[in-house]
Amino acid sequence: MDKRPYDNKAWLLVLPVFLIVAISAIIPLMTVVNYSVQDVLGPFQRVFVGTEWFEQVLNDGRLHGAFLRQLVFSGCVLLIQIPLGIAVALAMPIKGWQSSLCLVLVALPLLIPWNVVGTIWQLYARPDIGLAGVAVNNLGIPYNYTSSAFDAWLTVLIMDVWHWTPLVILCYAGLRSIPEAFYQAAKIDGASAWAVFRYIQLPKMRRVLTIAILLRFMDSFMIYTEPFVLTGGGPGNATTFLSQFLAQIAVGQFDLGPAAAFSLIYFLVILLLSWVFYTYITHTDREDAR
Amino acid sequence: MARIELRGLAHSYSAKPKGDADYALKRMDHVWHDGGAYALLGPSGCGKTTLLNIISGLLIPSEGQVLFDGMDVTRLAPQQRNIAQVFQFPVIYDTMSVFDNLAFPLRNRRVGEAEVRARVEEVADMLELTGELGRRARGLTADAKQKISLGRGLVRSDVAAILFDEPLTVIDPQLKWLLRRKLKQIHERFQLSLIYVTHDQNEALTFAQQVVVMSEGSVMQLGTPQELFEKPAHTFVGYFIGSPGMNFLPCRYEGGAAMVDDLRIPLARSVLEHTPRRGVPLEIGIRPEHLRVGANRANGALPAEIAMVEDLGNFKIVTAKLGRHTLKAKLPEDDPVPGDHGWLTFPPDRTRLYADGRLVA
Repeated sequence: MDKRPYDNKAWLLVLPVFLIVAISAIIPLMTVVNYSVQDVLGPFQRVFVGTEWFEQVLNDGRLHGAFLRQLVFSGCVLLIQIPLGIAVALAMPIKGWQSSLCLVLVALPLLIPWNVVGTIWQLYARPDIGLAGVAVNNLGIPYNYTSSAFDAWLTVLIMDVWHWTPLVILCYAGLRSIPEAFYQAAKIDGASAWAVFRYIQLPKMRRVLTIAILLRFMDSFMIYTEPFVLTGGGPGNATTFLSQFLAQIAVGQFDLGPAAAFSLIYFLVILLLSWVFYTYITHTDREDAR
Repeated sequence: MARIELRGLAHSYSAKPKGDADYALKRMDHVWHDGGAYALLGPSGCGKTTLLNIISGLLIPSEGQVLFDGMDVTRLAPQQRNIAQVFQFPVIYDTMSVFDNLAFPLRNRRVGEAEVRARVEEVADMLELTGELGRRARGLTADAKQKISLGRGLVRSDVAAILFDEPLTVIDPQLKWLLRRKLKQIHERFQLSLIYVTHDQNEALTFAQQVVVMSEGSVMQLGTPQELFEKPAHTFVGYFIGSPGMNFLPCRYEGGAAMVDDLRIPLARSVLEHTPRRGVPLEIGIRPEHLRVGANRANGALPAEIAMVEDLGNFKIVTAKLGRHTLKAKLPEDDPVPGDHGWLTFPPDRTRLYADGRLVA
């Protein structure tokens, strides 16, 4: 028997948190749910439409395009940034003031606001006055991110790599905690550089890498500001990702119903993918602990 | 298995050493025999780990050569010189099973999988790890992890010597002697050369056939535990080995005896044959175990005050004051201890003479 005192008044202690969560998350979310099943005709005129908006949005070819672009983009981001981040972390000095200096320099892009990053690259890559854009064109390689879809993609990807690879580099903290004796023992055991990485360095970086992968996936899947500032989603729809597509429906066309339906789908997709990632990673973690 | 030879070996961590003080290891020449169990003993910072890392190849000495069986290996990398090393903190590969940990050095050397299995099982059996082979190495206790690091050295059939860098530091006291006994068994069975670094004299004296006592980058004495005890080559060795350490008294040399202030302490004939040079500071040294304490005046005994008696179970430590000098004596449990005053006897064949810190005879 549980002999601890039982008092319903204790629920009052949860009330402040409940209020904050209700105002900040639940009520806004419910209004979105509300919009998603109604057709709002005017301030006091609305009709219940059931799943009509969901059906319309799911059958929208533009959404399919944006979704596919989004998957390819997030995939590229992970494929480039994770190995690159690990490589940079391995190349950084382990001890002394050089290591602190490196860390600060490498982390600088993380401190720059998203839209500033977009503006920086927008100017930097301009083919008429931007340093990078002019330089590339002078090398004889035609480059213009406002007219070529490939160039626009390349620019958005490079910008994201520049901005967010430092987050992956933080796995470097794990490297610093490896005692010298491990490297010495590996030498004596005749381990190759790959074996040292695979069996000594990678296990120490795993925890931070796990979080980095999760964050990089979610952030890249929700990317909005930088491509919006840089390319505005163009040329055409080439760099229109899910968030921007959503903004076009909601703010551009003011189609509140479809926008709300799409928001919910978007939210559920991110939740689902993150959950899959998370369970997979914690599962292998537990396997390791055995 | 190999004979290890150090020729004119010296090491400094600074690129341009100016004086003696810049050397972590001062010039030395030694030959260590094949199959011997050697202990490098000394206080922290005396250079013993530096010497060990030079032998294993983790460090390249700034001067001199290291030879294994007459072959110069000074500049060979650790993996090329057939050496195994066990570190102070157990090094295991976390994500691998115990089996894979033990197999790692063999697989890196592209040994066939059948032989790997045979070797690993043999070593696991010897180290009593057979039951753990299938599990991950991560959750094991410190002593099991240390056994695995030792096992990674033993699986290789080509190992010339196994080096230990204070391997028992993180092991629980009651497990220490088990592991130490295991080491002795392995040494007897395989006749491998073992070199064992420690600052714990008990560990060194019980483990090794030969003990190398180091201080400030120099080898003070290389000898059997008995030699170190009976004839310390240097006052440092006398003081460092033994508990409590050897007693030393400054003295003059006069007509066949040592004069401590105005007290006359007779010396053995073997000592008298080596008259020390004049103008060198002299000391006599005697082990607390050899100093006799009596209640009654005996022939040649010196009067002393008994300052303190510590009873440590199976023996007693007596602190005595001889004039302005303090001496310690170690007496068997049953020996009577005089009250405030007693008489000290220095047996001449146990009393050593040191000139400038070095043993005269």
